Amino acid sequence: MSENKGAINKMMIILSKGTLENVYAAFVLANGARMEGIEAEIFFTFFGLEAIHKKKLEHLHVATVGNPAMHMPTMLGGLPGMEALATHMMKKEMEKIDMPDIHEFLDILSASGVRMWACKLAVDMFHYKKEDLYEGVEDIITVGDFYKQSEGEGVHMLFV
Amino acid sequence: MERTIAGKNITVNEEGYLTDFSQWDEKVGEALSAEANIALTPRHWEVIKYLQEEHKNQVALSIRRIGKSGLVDIKEFYQLFPNAPLKTATKIAGIPKPASCI
Repeated sequence: MSENKGAINKMMIILSKGTLENVYAAFVLANGARMEGIEAEIFFTFFGLEAIHKKKLEHLHVATVGNPAMHMPTMLGGLPGMEALATHMMKKEMEKIDMPDIHEFLDILSASGVRMWACKLAVDMFHYKKEDLYEGVEDIITVGDFYKQSEGEGVHMLFV
Repeated sequence: MERTIAGKNITVNEEGYLTDFSQWDEKVGEALSAEANIALTPRHWEVIKYLQEEHKNQVALSIRRIGKSGLVDIKEFYQLFPNAPLKTATKIAGIPKPASCI
């Protein structure tokens, strides 16, 4: 932590998952950085792209299977409607603590100066186009471009 | 702890936030904004007065709430107070630092 005297100048967050809890984690970290005067950028890749896909971003779910912290037997978590129920409950709790929904959160991030990028490889794989994506996404870039974007002192990278 | 701001003896916490709002006046606000390298315009004052009013009404301040204030949007808020806007603006306004993650 001797680099840049330990000060964080910029957070580079890679979001690779499309489950509600992971998307929120990435968004809160990016927004929290901006609130502290730290720059922040998000690189959306693989299922993380769902969080910026206009038609999909309103329909993200909490994972009920393969998530031991849900304290729900895996067999039960796989039942039809279980994910929707868990998601509904989580969204209700989030509204109580003044947590914005995904679209509003993207607007907040955008207005706060968080730069957002979509991963070219993943966009090609899912056959998405730029116009499918949230307007605040600046560009579709390669992983090399993202590394270039991450140059400088006090830059930290985080994979979600 | 105590420190001198704009020629007055003021009680602040370890992060420099006023602990007693009754010690705040516009001169103190100006001195604190100069420390944050911000030249206050009438627009800044509108936002500062708004924050003080919200604090008086015991509203928990957050970036999201600022965006819904109807007074200033988030983009302009960041332009007015470029570095850590909520932290900086509340310090200048003489109110506590909001414990908000959003």
